[in-house]
Amino acid sequence: MASAIAPIDATALGPVVITGVCGRLGKRLARALHRERPVIGVDRRPFPDKPKDIVHQQVDIRRKKLKDVFRSGEIRAVVHLGIMHDPRSSAAEHHSWNVEGFAKLLEYVAQFGVPKLVVLSSANVYGPRPGNAQFLTEEAPLLAGASFGDIRDLIEVDMLAQSFFWKQPATETVILRPVHILGTVRNAPSNFLRLPTIPTLLGYDPMIQVVHEADVVDAVRAALAPGIRGIFNVAGPDPLPLSRIIRILERPSISVPHTLGKAVLKRLWSLRLSTFPAPELDHIRYVCMVDDSRARDVMRFRPSRSIEDTVRAVDADR
Amino acid sequence: MSSLLTEEFNARIGRVPISLGPAGVDPFGLDPQWARYALASAAFLHRKYFRTEVHGIGHVPKGRVLLIANHSGQVPIDGALIGAAMFMDAEPPRFTRAMVEVWSQTLPFVSMLFSRVGQVVGVPENARRLLEQGEALLVFPEGARGISKTFDKRYQLTDFGLGFMRLAMETKTPIVPVAVIGGEEQYVSIANLDRVAKVLRMPSFPVLPQLLLPGGQLPLPTRYRLYFGEPLHFSGDPDDDDAVIEEKVWLVKATLQSMVNRGVKSRRHVFW
Repeated sequence: MASAIAPIDATALGPVVITGVCGRLGKRLARALHRERPVIGVDRRPFPDKPKDIVHQQVDIRRKKLKDVFRSGEIRAVVHLGIMHDPRSSAAEHHSWNVEGFAKLLEYVAQFGVPKLVVLSSANVYGPRPGNAQFLTEEAPLLAGASFGDIRDLIEVDMLAQSFFWKQPATETVILRPVHILGTVRNAPSNFLRLPTIPTLLGYDPMIQVVHEADVVDAVRAALAPGIRGIFNVAGPDPLPLSRIIRILERPSISVPHTLGKAVLKRLWSLRLSTFPAPELDHIRYVCMVDDSRARDVMRFRPSRSIEDTVRAVDADR
Repeated sequence: MSSLLTEEFNARIGRVPISLGPAGVDPFGLDPQWARYALASAAFLHRKYFRTEVHGIGHVPKGRVLLIANHSGQVPIDGALIGAAMFMDAEPPRFTRAMVEVWSQTLPFVSMLFSRVGQVVGVPENARRLLEQGEALLVFPEGARGISKTFDKRYQLTDFGLGFMRLAMETKTPIVPVAVIGGEEQYVSIANLDRVAKVLRMPSFPVLPQLLLPGGQLPLPTRYRLYFGEPLHFSGDPDDDDAVIEEKVWLVKATLQSMVNRGVKSRRHVFW
């Protein structure tokens, strides 16, 4: 499939650092970028079947060793994908990884004068709420923490990036807030749609926005273009009711009353039988959609995958 | 539905302008299949059950418009009937969007139904977006205070919110006041139990003796009368002080109250 973004002038491009490169999205981004510019991946996980020209630094981003990555070459851009959102890990570990690690990274970006920083946040930071506007703009407050404590780290990361945007005008900081990313990625929305029988809440059928992982890669590439800075919501094809999205997958679904569903999920969670914490049920109960017109107008980003391709992508590697 | 009504309905449904995405659903969740059923039931209530009289629908201008109406009747049948009048009696037929309480989004089925038939959560961003699309937007500035009035307060407007006026000024939208007569008598509420409402997290808990009678669960078949007033235009700074906005809101409220008073006075009987 052709990318919507025109290739950037290769001569002006220096090395790009990608944190969290061994995630599925990170690998995709690295593969998309390594032919046009040097790619340095940072991740404490191993990177099997790595393309030869990608340099992989197997370090924890909280370690001092991260500084060597910046010292060794003139880094022209940093893409921060290395956000941990594993609701099972301890709150302290979660916080130190996401917040302290990111603060370290910001320190080096400032110290070494990296001209571009792209941070992958998420539209989930707005939070699914009954009083949400149908389409939240980038100025909407980040209220997800009110009902779902575990997401506060991610809000803090977004806020840190925002303050960095003002403190370091020499760096073009871009914060991307994509809606539910679907594809081979192992995130909650994709895992949810991969369930053999998809549970829904009886009497609730909110409108949902999804975006293909490849479109997110395109959005990151668009954000790397010189001159782009600021916060951008990223959405995929037109929104659909949850029930219609499930129908695309042709998989059975079962409707459960909310009170029952919540109680059961809490139980399953505490028994470690489910990967979804109960507050995430709000995502299939209330609307959390974004207005992506800024990304369309300023970054010229257009999602190129249809809704069918985007939803079916969750089954791509099965 | 009688065949005559069906015929009229089918002739009009094809002429309603609804902008849909390629997936056949509009971004607010309106699904034409559902909207069709909703409009058909509203048309039945409008023509057969409440036998609504509609006056002055020609006042509604083309393009974006804010319909400002008095709220009454414990359940929002007034909204459905205004929607039905805009569809069955306006020329060309129009689809009306109403702003619904945030609270309704927490209710199963209700939230889904509202979304599928094109009703949107009552926040200013949504209203602005719809008006910019040139839609007809129905607002009850009294909100939940208005719909849950007890019988002794019937046809007395309660406090108006100011949001609709700021919105009208900002988007330069004409305001059409709509007086609804007949809603207050469909469910006679003798008291509001605020404490029970609080416990149940509902905006109000009306006491309706008729619910105890067989068949009393249905609203009484009063005859509704809808009076559409002449459009009002307001200009100025939408971010002005409350005091300045309040004056303009008061003007709308006074216009609407006098339309309501005249309507109540001129009807000969509640039921026909």
